[in-house]
Amino acid sequence: MNVLSLFVLVPVLTIVAMVLVRNAAQVRVTAAVGSVLQFILSVGLVLFYLAERRAGNMDEMILVHDTVWYAPLNIHYTVGVDGVSVAMILLTAIVVMAGVFASWKLEPLTREFFVSLILLATGVFGFFISIDLFTMFLFYELAVIPMYLLIGIWGSGPKEYSAMKLTLMLMGGSALLLVGILAIYFSSGNGLGQSMNILELSKMHIPLEAQRWIFPLTFLGFGVLGALFPFHTWSPDGHASAPTAVSMLHAGVLMKLGGYGCFRVAIFLMPEGAHELAWIFLILTGVSVVYGAFGAIVQKDLKYINAYSSVSHCGLVLFALLMLNQTAMNGAILQMISHGLMTALFFALIGMIYGRTHTRNIYEMGGLMKVIPFLSVCYVIAGLASLGLPGLSGFVAEMTIFFGAFQHADTFHRVLTIAACCSIVITAVYILRVVGTLLYGSVRNPHFAEFKDASWFERSSTLILITAIAGIGLFPLWLSSMIGDSLAPVVSRLISLL
Amino acid sequence: MIFSLAIWILALPLMMFLFLGLAGHKLKPATAGILGTAGLGVVALLSYTVAAVYFFGPSREGGLQPEVLFSFDWLHFTDQLQVKLGFLLDPISAMMLVVVSTVSFAVHLYSNGYMHGERGFQRFYAFLSLFTFSMMGLVVATNIFQMYIFWELVGVSSYLLIGFYYEKPSAILASKKAFIVTRFADLGFLIGILVLSYYAQTFDFITLTSLEGPVIGHPVGATFLGVSVLTWALVLIFMGGAGKSAMFPLHIWLPDAMEGPTPVSALIHAATMVVAGVYLVARLFPVYVLAAPDALMVVAYTGGFTALFAAVIACTQNDIKRVLAFSTMSQLGYMMLALGVSGYGGHDGLGFMASMFHLFTHAMFKALLFLGAGAIIHAVHSNFMTDMGGLRKHLPITHITFLLACLAIAGIPPLSGFFSKDEILVAAFHSNKLLFFVAYAVSGITAFYMFRLYYNIFWGVRREYPHPPHEAPLSMSLPLMILAAATIFAGFIPFAQLVTSDGQPFEIHTEWVVAVPAVLIGLTGILVATLMYKSEKTLPDRVAAFFGPLYRWASRKFYFDELYMFITKRILFNKVSSPVAWFDRHIVDGFMNLLAYLAQRSSFLIRGLQSGHIQGYVFVFVLGAVLLSAYMLLFVTL
Repeated sequence: MNVLSLFVLVPVLTIVAMVLVRNAAQVRVTAAVGSVLQFILSVGLVLFYLAERRAGNMDEMILVHDTVWYAPLNIHYTVGVDGVSVAMILLTAIVVMAGVFASWKLEPLTREFFVSLILLATGVFGFFISIDLFTMFLFYELAVIPMYLLIGIWGSGPKEYSAMKLTLMLMGGSALLLVGILAIYFSSGNGLGQSMNILELSKMHIPLEAQRWIFPLTFLGFGVLGALFPFHTWSPDGHASAPTAVSMLHAGVLMKLGGYGCFRVAIFLMPEGAHELAWIFLILTGVSVVYGAFGAIVQKDLKYINAYSSVSHCGLVLFALLMLNQTAMNGAILQMISHGLMTALFFALIGMIYGRTHTRNIYEMGGLMKVIPFLSVCYVIAGLASLGLPGLSGFVAEMTIFFGAFQHADTFHRVLTIAACCSIVITAVYILRVVGTLLYGSVRNPHFAEFKDASWFERSSTLILITAIAGIGLFPLWLSSMIGDSLAPVVSRLISLL
Repeated sequence: MIFSLAIWILALPLMMFLFLGLAGHKLKPATAGILGTAGLGVVALLSYTVAAVYFFGPSREGGLQPEVLFSFDWLHFTDQLQVKLGFLLDPISAMMLVVVSTVSFAVHLYSNGYMHGERGFQRFYAFLSLFTFSMMGLVVATNIFQMYIFWELVGVSSYLLIGFYYEKPSAILASKKAFIVTRFADLGFLIGILVLSYYAQTFDFITLTSLEGPVIGHPVGATFLGVSVLTWALVLIFMGGAGKSAMFPLHIWLPDAMEGPTPVSALIHAATMVVAGVYLVARLFPVYVLAAPDALMVVAYTGGFTALFAAVIACTQNDIKRVLAFSTMSQLGYMMLALGVSGYGGHDGLGFMASMFHLFTHAMFKALLFLGAGAIIHAVHSNFMTDMGGLRKHLPITHITFLLACLAIAGIPPLSGFFSKDEILVAAFHSNKLLFFVAYAVSGITAFYMFRLYYNIFWGVRREYPHPPHEAPLSMSLPLMILAAATIFAGFIPFAQLVTSDGQPFEIHTEWVVAVPAVLIGLTGILVATLMYKSEKTLPDRVAAFFGPLYRWASRKFYFDELYMFITKRILFNKVSSPVAWFDRHIVDGFMNLLAYLAQRSSFLIRGLQSGHIQGYVFVFVLGAVLLSAYMLLFVTL
């Protein structure tokens, strides 16, 4: 059996085990064991990948495996990874593990919750390992659907509304995607030897006329999930209603499916279309970056602040992808990872703070640094990562993006790049506003003084994420080269085609 | 040998930060303090050794050349633009190692006494170590991107330390303001680096400043709005420097930063971090002077204006730390001015040398002033000179050292300030008469406000204090004495032999035409202050009344805080962010909700068709069948 399939098999087995075990405590332990196992597998995959590259394996994808699923319709189950997907798998494993610890005490329906959560994770892992459009789409849907249940059942506030809105908007995106995928299939190979395999497709030529409409379709389809302005409004409501671990996974990983899909499908397969139409989306993403940051400044609800901040940061991902050069695209992938980690940390902490204060309105809190120092310090670290402090991952990603984007010498790109750079100041404003109001000052509410600081599972969850954020921030070279090496063939193909 | 010493200059403070940050709360405060101080003592010794080996070692033949002690890859952007972290040793970085480690050691030692019994004592030492690490990394940066990295890190250390008393609202606001204003300036710095590195295809300082290098040797012809891109880049980079060094109009954070503990003000906001902007310009000096003289003009005039502007405000402030803060701004303006009027190479580079010289002497006497102010505040529990007076009897050591520092900053020989200030004046005299007279005026005003401060604290009215003020403990007075010694003797260091624009030593000679009037102006300033403030009189009030609106404006810092508040609160918050949030909720999201609503309405309209009533279905079925048959019979011929 193929090694990569383990990444789907382990979560599936975890789900089976969770269904079989007796009580909630055992469910938790099973979920934790499963997610830790998955994490070890991911680290193993990274090491294997790096060793393979060092040994001189220069294939575009490694561990490629192809099984025919349904021959009459040419449907395959094809997996394979390159540096980009390996990095995304590692991110997913880390966030899932942290998410399991963050929802340790979740009640009621613990079993059902963890089953849905791991089901979602299965979809995400499957998505990242697959290089067949059909398989990819299948896993994509598998990841989106449990979200509806998770928010609708375990959410808070207007949860039915939010769950419905989120699912419908993402389904709208999927509808565009489905059309796009079918169109790619039928326009590939000049009517002969059609394929859904991304590797094969990338070597075939999709006619430019077809690319002109398929590219926007797929980019938009994935872009909805990547919070592309103006299709981002599911995100504030969805995050606000979602339970902690779901927000973590959603903002941390699921939104990255959007960015990854834009890269792997829209840009990878239709470079000329991307080159020709990038300007439209560059404007939209440029707007996302600044608009999201300004939107975050006036929010009062911690989750809304983070949701708008995500619009800004994820906008930067798509923005950098559309710059279509190696440095900027490398930055985009790094930004996905970095944003995934720090936003997961933010949502974890918001959940933990909410669990104590029962409010997310920053003006009803204050002085938390004094009562829950551990969580508060973690919050400051998350904030510093978000505003791009050197030594934490956000800085590496943003700088790579800015330096990549600045390689374009024309006025259009320059203006957009400088506008995007301005977001770092606005980010500082809203982050420091929250930190100042929420953590500093005097304790606003007398019963806050009775709070207990983080328990062991809360500490595990946050420390896992902080370690990863600082690890990437301090030693970015291995990750950046791993991603960069995988992007090189893509980018050279882009250049040769144009 | 020097390599293995140098790495510890960075590693030791970092380790100290991690250790005190992670495990500090388990230590006794005193242990943490002693540990931090001892660590910094070692760092100081290492720095002195490295600097001494560099300046006086065997490799001095043919001038002082820059040396890269170590360097490793950190991140690659493109094939050319690769970020390395390393250790660059050249005259200015070696000098800065001495400045930073000396002041930092004095502050570490002093804080044992000053911060005694404060909540978060260990945290304070952890942050001090973080700051020292970041500042050292900035100083020894081998490339502009490394400098930017550590530039941001000193910014955040400053933020953390200003906001050290995190329960005090004014401290929170001040730390936020400091971070955001400097962050805005850093945006300019970042864009400047983007532009510069795009055209130069390198971050490396040695390549950038090499006379045959891509920037100076083969400047690009590209222009933007009629000005060469290189000038743009360097002006933008200077914007970063202006933010850190509190140059007008990005100065507004510095006075508020005085909300931090006083040792922090001495270390960060007087002696080290705030000179980073001056250091940045000095670091890129060959590029400024040879490839973008227009940008250097901007530096000169910004410096000159700030020096005057801040000196005027300093005359009207009553908070002693704020007086010192404005004085710092003014002196930083002096250093910028000196760089701005300097040429390159040999005696033409006098301004450069003078600026670095003044940076060095100023760090010593300004740190001394702040630490002295700390001892005074410690004794009378107030920041305001209106609460002080007649303290010379109570605080003899503080009094003498403070007086020395005041004389030094006023430029009275033979104290160090006289020598460095004199070189600046000579450099300005030979290059730009307008700035020269500005510098003269500033030197008079400086002497005046420093002695206004001095007399108000130590002379003036004899007050009855609720707790009799007492001299500070040894841990606090010892650093005062160390810095006082430096203040007295630093002026005799032969800077022209050591720190010059091109690494070649040159001879200086005193120009009496400049020096004598300068001393006389200083003495006049002191004399005026003596007449006005030595004993309590009504004269100061009458003078203030005479200047009327000007005095009011100056005491309100020319309303720049209000202007910034207007821009941030009224415009950015109320006129941009709130509408954006509203637009998002009501227009963008409203459109999505409208779609959902329309879908719902249309399904309401047609849902009646599926009623579940068999009669209805049969009726429609029969009706359809009849209509279809009729259509077939009438129009379709079989």
